Amino acid sequence: MTLADLPFNTEATISAIDWPVLSERDGRRLRELGFDEGVAVEPLHGAGFAARDPIAVRIGRMTVAIRKAHATAISIEPLP
Amino acid sequence: MNIQTPIVAAGTPMVALVGNPNAGKSALFNALTGARQKVGNYPGVTVERHSGRLTLDDGGPVELIDLPGTYSLTPSSPDERVTRDTVLGQQAGERVPAAIVVVVDAANLDNHLRFAMELIALGKPVVIALNMFDLAERDGLTIDVAALEQALGVPVVPTVAVRKRGLDDLKAALATVLTGRADRAHTLLTEPTLAGRQRHARRIAQSVTIESGMARHRTARIDRIALHPVAGPFILAALLFVMFQAVFTLAAFPADLIDGWIGTAQDGVKATLPETLVRSLLTDGILAGVGAVIVFLPQIVILFAFILVLEASGYMVRAAFLMDRLMARVGLSGRGFIPLLSSFACAIPGIMATRTIEDPKDRLTTILIAPLMTCSARLPVYAVVIAAFIPRDSVLPGIGLQGLVLFGLYVAGIVGALLAALLLRRTVTKGAAQGFMMEMPKYQLPILRDLAIGLWQRAWAFLRRAGTIILVTTVVLWALLTFPQVPAGSTKSQIDHSIAGRIADGLAVVVRPIGFDRDIALALIPAMAAREVAVSALATVNAIEDADEGKRDQSLAQSLRGKWSLATALAFLAWFVFAPQCVSTIAVVRRETNSWRWPGFMLLYLFTLAYVAAGITYWSAVALGG
Repeated sequence: MTLADLPFNTEATISAIDWPVLSERDGRRLRELGFDEGVAVEPLHGAGFAARDPIAVRIGRMTVAIRKAHATAISIEPLP
Repeated sequence: MNIQTPIVAAGTPMVALVGNPNAGKSALFNALTGARQKVGNYPGVTVERHSGRLTLDDGGPVELIDLPGTYSLTPSSPDERVTRDTVLGQQAGERVPAAIVVVVDAANLDNHLRFAMELIALGKPVVIALNMFDLAERDGLTIDVAALEQALGVPVVPTVAVRKRGLDDLKAALATVLTGRADRAHTLLTEPTLAGRQRHARRIAQSVTIESGMARHRTARIDRIALHPVAGPFILAALLFVMFQAVFTLAAFPADLIDGWIGTAQDGVKATLPETLVRSLLTDGILAGVGAVIVFLPQIVILFAFILVLEASGYMVRAAFLMDRLMARVGLSGRGFIPLLSSFACAIPGIMATRTIEDPKDRLTTILIAPLMTCSARLPVYAVVIAAFIPRDSVLPGIGLQGLVLFGLYVAGIVGALLAALLLRRTVTKGAAQGFMMEMPKYQLPILRDLAIGLWQRAWAFLRRAGTIILVTTVVLWALLTFPQVPAGSTKSQIDHSIAGRIADGLAVVVRPIGFDRDIALALIPAMAAREVAVSALATVNAIEDADEGKRDQSLAQSLRGKWSLATALAFLAWFVFAPQCVSTIAVVRRETNSWRWPGFMLLYLFTLAYVAAGITYWSAVALGG
């Protein structure tokens, strides 16, 4: 399951990030915004009625907007 | 533009204020330096250089520099490069910083400490400002400051910039590290990789922070409405509509006041000076021309006030979030929305703000369409023509027809910009779509002091323009209109006889098909210097012409009504929606893109658009009986 499929207001832990599919710049910016294996994330909002893209994700104590295209590179493990 | 002379003597130590975006860095800068600030430019790039003077307790002055917020020393955009180069002492024309003040958000340590660690590892004297300390406490966080100092090996000072708390402690700590009296040695924080620093920062943050319950933030509650799929876009549209209505209605009273003062000044000059060329220069040239522009200061201040509040409150990023999908459809990203919205105030800061866009093609496209956003310099033009030709009726209670037409002009610019972006991204700026990644800051009540400083800097920039480029073009135009003097007994009018009149005769041939008369052709020439000059040019032409015809006391709107048809007025508005008429904008595009190729392309495509749009408008209006 990836972050793009995670329902809103559900917390999960990042299990893996597919760094090679991201450009070097996108990967670095994701890290700089706090994305990393083992970190808790929670999608909060999506823009648009049907597409819900981009999404606003809580990560740590920050909220970060990313497009779903990037969210699919982030695998998550739902909390038990 | 060169770096302006610093307001501190050479040789005073320079201290760089660095931090993540949204750490409250600029608020801290304002709190520390107050009104003793200077805004300049770095040579070669259009990144603004904010510097201010700070006096430490031991009497030593330092120059404090507010650097653009960035996430690391690996830059991905031009403004982040300035931060890196300045911190490393490699920025051309800039001294090497004697010390660094790192601003971190106390409630976001696990992210902000990563950059702080990278800066500490440089080995320069560093003080950490643990900012927004009160908000962290309100969120239920307890931070062990001593343990954090221990872990980082540098002084850590809790601050609340907006309440001016902790500033004395910060200055004391800065004085200590500057004199080298700090006895703490830098611990080795040299994690070589980003991932390593990120994890180390999280470990430190977790070990010094005690979290007592996860307080549900005000921000999350507001976002549930502000980012709602239906309510969100509606709120954004309503906010923008209110903004443009306010620009027109709230500014009316102060604008009338200023208009009155200018009239009084003109009468005063006329009463004291004999009727000579000097008097004509003062009243018809300078007062009529510059005055016609200064009248719009209230509108520009109101527009900037809205934009500053949207930025300071944190809403601007939400607007970018809501707009991202639409922007993606024309090949841009939501990030481009912020420079485009700033372009409503002025395309120059808007184009400068594109330096935060990482993708070069995306950035270039945003630069090329920025001039289509209705900048405040177009407001004077719109305002005069709307006031003259659109009745002051109400469409609905509280919604005037004049405001609605103005809104329509803004919409025309936006739609034109989106279509232009769509075409450009498929042709000249073709490239892979880039992503949209942005931190969404907490909502904050804007601080009056920060707003006042921001507004003052922008109002001053406008007045300086009025006093320089607009004054000069007005005087030149007056001269072109006044010389050669029409000989006594000639049947020709002064304007027909003047140099400007003859230039305009030639230009009029080109613009006649789109409904423009000779006076308009005349006004378009100096409008290249600055758009709002079109109004002062029309005012000057009218003042001289009316003097000829003995109708001095007509307002510009009244005399336009007598001269133009409605179709011409509408075509004139359409022209100004698209025309790239501001030399400063072209110059900034030249500097930002580093060649004449793109500004040249911009001139060509925008003039073509303007000509076609004005032509279509004119002939449609004529066909409909305008």
